[in-house]
Amino acid sequence: MSDRPIKLERDEQHMFNVRVVVAGIIILFALLAILGRVYQLQVSQHEKYAELSRQHYQKRIPIPPNRGQIYDRNGVLLADSHTQYVLEVVRDNIGDENGDGKSSLADVDGLLDRLGKIIPLIDKDVRLFKTQVRRFKYQPIPIRGDLTEEEVATFAVNRPRFPGVTMEVRMERYYPLMETASHVIGYVGRIDARDLERVNKDEYIGTTHIGKSGIEAFHEARLHGKAGYHEIEVDAHGKKQSVLSEQEPIGGEELFLGLDINLQITAEQSLKGERGAIVAMDPTNGEVLALASVPTFDPNLFINGITQKDYTTLREDPSRPLFNRALQGTYPPGSTIKPMVGVAGLAEGVVTPGSRVYDPGFFRLSGQKHVFRCWNKRGHGSVDLKYSIQQSCDTYFYDLAYRMGVDRFSGFMRRFGFGDKTGIDLPGEASGLMPSKEWKEKRHKRSWFPGDTVNIGIGQGYWLATPLQLAHAVSIMANRGVRLKPHVLRGVRTARNEEESVLKPEPFPSIDTQDRFWNLTIQGMENVMRPGGTAKAAGAGAAYRIAGKTGTAQVFGLAGGKYNAGRIAKRLRDHALFVGFAPADDPKIAVAVIVENSSGSGGHTAAPIGRKVMDAYLLKQYGDHALKPEGAVAQQEAEQAAAAAVAADKKPEAAAEKTKQTKGKKARKGHD
Amino acid sequence: MINSLLPRGLVLALQRVDAVLLAVLSLLVFLGLATLYSASDANLEQVQRQIVHFSIGLVLIIIFSQISSKTLRQWSVWLYGIGVVLLILVLLVGVTKKGATRWLYIGMDIQPSEIMKLAVPMMVAYYFSEKPLPPRFIDIVIALVLVLVPMLLVMKQPDLGTSLLIATSGFFVIYLAGMSWWLIGGAVLFVGVASPLMYFFGMHEYQRKRIETLLDPESDLLGTGYHIYQSKIAIGSGGIDGKGWMRGDQAHLDFLPERHTDFIFAVFGEEFGFVGNIVLMGLYLFIIWRGLYLASKGEDTYARHLGGSLSVSFFFYLFVNTGMVSGLLPVVGVPLPLVSYGGTSVVTLMMTFGIIMGMRKRKRIYQRDS
Repeated sequence: MSDRPIKLERDEQHMFNVRVVVAGIIILFALLAILGRVYQLQVSQHEKYAELSRQHYQKRIPIPPNRGQIYDRNGVLLADSHTQYVLEVVRDNIGDENGDGKSSLADVDGLLDRLGKIIPLIDKDVRLFKTQVRRFKYQPIPIRGDLTEEEVATFAVNRPRFPGVTMEVRMERYYPLMETASHVIGYVGRIDARDLERVNKDEYIGTTHIGKSGIEAFHEARLHGKAGYHEIEVDAHGKKQSVLSEQEPIGGEELFLGLDINLQITAEQSLKGERGAIVAMDPTNGEVLALASVPTFDPNLFINGITQKDYTTLREDPSRPLFNRALQGTYPPGSTIKPMVGVAGLAEGVVTPGSRVYDPGFFRLSGQKHVFRCWNKRGHGSVDLKYSIQQSCDTYFYDLAYRMGVDRFSGFMRRFGFGDKTGIDLPGEASGLMPSKEWKEKRHKRSWFPGDTVNIGIGQGYWLATPLQLAHAVSIMANRGVRLKPHVLRGVRTARNEEESVLKPEPFPSIDTQDRFWNLTIQGMENVMRPGGTAKAAGAGAAYRIAGKTGTAQVFGLAGGKYNAGRIAKRLRDHALFVGFAPADDPKIAVAVIVENSSGSGGHTAAPIGRKVMDAYLLKQYGDHALKPEGAVAQQEAEQAAAAAVAADKKPEAAAEKTKQTKGKKARKGHD
Repeated sequence: MINSLLPRGLVLALQRVDAVLLAVLSLLVFLGLATLYSASDANLEQVQRQIVHFSIGLVLIIIFSQISSKTLRQWSVWLYGIGVVLLILVLLVGVTKKGATRWLYIGMDIQPSEIMKLAVPMMVAYYFSEKPLPPRFIDIVIALVLVLVPMLLVMKQPDLGTSLLIATSGFFVIYLAGMSWWLIGGAVLFVGVASPLMYFFGMHEYQRKRIETLLDPESDLLGTGYHIYQSKIAIGSGGIDGKGWMRGDQAHLDFLPERHTDFIFAVFGEEFGFVGNIVLMGLYLFIIWRGLYLASKGEDTYARHLGGSLSVSFFFYLFVNTGMVSGLLPVVGVPLPLVSYGGTSVVTLMMTFGIIMGMRKRKRIYQRDS
């Protein structure tokens, strides 16, 4: 190189310098491009990345709120949450259990074998577990709940032997009274996808259960409370570093129901062995005191997913225990509506207190051959309204309804709440059916016949009502026209202010008519319970005045034939009904009773049950099974009550036996 | 005064060290150590090890700054020849780790491709030092062969990143030697046209897929894309003035992978923000400028070409790393020069600066002494 001429060397230096300058410029721009990129990230898009960074290391761990308890009106605990230890299995974590060299579903059986040796497993739970474990590989699935302290200790010692099995503490709902009032309280169950669609998902992240029926479902928003959260800082592996902020959950409200659980037990027991419903209300404020649908079921079965077998048993039981008869059962109201029809007739001027109708034992529309029979074939002779209620004379009401016309008739009955949902705070209420001309034309594509009007005059024909509607209507009678919305919830206590606020009864437009019309019909109802009335046996020896009305709803139409309960299949027998309130001069309780396919009439079967319920409430005659407000005691006593109930079982059957002889003589139609 | 306390030989040796470059390098090293301290979660041991690397590097700067271009030029062929032989040995009897065969075992694992980062520009500079300049076409072709042989050997290991760096360090010499602008333009055009053609017609589906992930890492968020995604969040969330030293969430909460090595730039960006990045880039720019300046004051052609090429290569490392970490360029395993943790990288880079200093024209006094 050194032998090169200097001149060349200088040219070369020059060329090199040019190259370096060009390279320098390129380098400068390249570094500016990097800085530009960094500017874009750090300045232009800073917000976006700052948020992403926050989301990364800040995790919100929801803390589910404790579900509010449910009490009856006297503070007896109906639904509680208790902590319980649960064993859960995550299938993906159990590894190769059976040693066949691979991790598979077969390993679950091996695990259960070993686990079952130290902790007793329940067959029912295992079956449920196996159906779920097949579907979910990564989710914890409970294998055994409600561990005893001993079992908790046993598992804790053996934990290392069971990879994939964890012991969790859970707040879990339970219903200490088991089958009592299950149709009112309802139950909670595991949240499913459909539930999530109708709730605020953020509030339910940590929640596992949600109200599925009854009060639990209707007042879900009150019971659930507000979820809290821990905002924690986590590292890339999800490990907690520190707590950034915390929001304690707010527990759900405690609900106090208008339900008197002792009255409820009385009601349910008086229907033992039958299928039927009882609704008792406080007419002065619309509070539901008892709402029984028999048979009932144990809501505890549903909490963690009912087994297929249990569900099939419940669903295929011909008595349909899951069906809430009080709310969803629609029955022809039969003669129970005669007092209301009487008020309608008086108010509309169709009849007067003194006007009389001659009952030859039947009613016939002029110019027609067809006869509508009174239950008393020989006829009641010349009758007025009061006597017609007492004797349940059909002819009088055939005549009244026919002369009133369907439009006015249905319109007035709607004011007693028929044909509409009462608006009670329970889900799934049926609206029944108050027929009208328009309805028939639309539904049956046939015009309304005068005979249809005659039939609904005695609560038959197309008319359908729920037991709740009957209790509601008789409450309006008791109130002399003041209509209040039935409700189960009486008051709440929030987690924060600890105060109980009683919810106000919601009034409807009242039925405004003369007092003497009410007095007259109520007197008729009182006479029903007295000698000469259709429920004289049930009314005998009462310590207070009762106003009542019996009814028999026809299930099976016998074309002119004779009805014999003994010979007809039980399913096709008539329903026995009773409505009433007491004390008649100062109503405190209104009751509706229906016994499906009863062996006896309304007067013989349903009315004594109504009386029993009234006695229980007004005279506090709950028997020795009365529950007291302490949760733990209440549970214990519930068991005693259950035992007592078994002992008491025989009595109503014996009574039913006695009435059997008389019922066969009764004539077919709309008797009582 | 200091001179009088030190032995005369050492004083003379220290005179060969460029004080300006050393000062700015020291600033960068200091900044790098601070960032490393944070990135390693206050792991003092790791920082101490890095300090040891720099100390060795400092000694190498002093040693290599003494070596004249004449001496180095004579070593060029040997180093290159030994390097190529070692690379062939790697392919034959190399040590395999994580699916790549890059190492030879001689009591310890050594990585011969690292040698080539230096040997290739030395060899090419040597070749041109004997040829008329600007280079004839035939000389450029021969120089290209000198570059491509080790590059292909390294690519075969496989080690795409290193082979790329080896190749560019050689290309920079060819560029600085005066390869005609027409040829450069033609080459750029050829690559621009050939690559898409190659991509669409000359590749298997799986090869295309690999190219795609290389160019768009975020399409593979569970693999390399995860790195880029996290580092973009780290840099972006730093904002204008950063989250503060030791306070980067992305880094300290373990979201950022490789955060004390290849991705340390993201930690720096998160904690010091855009302002910090301007300072950092300023330091780098100054170092590169000083390197090029020293090269232009080179003793001879060889010295200029080698010094220039090493300086531009230094820039290239910086560009590839920051471009990768900020999501502009594909992911290639290149550390951020003098900041990322790592003995080999730090020691060889410091040595490089020693060589660049040594390439400077000798002053008369020194020449007289020698």
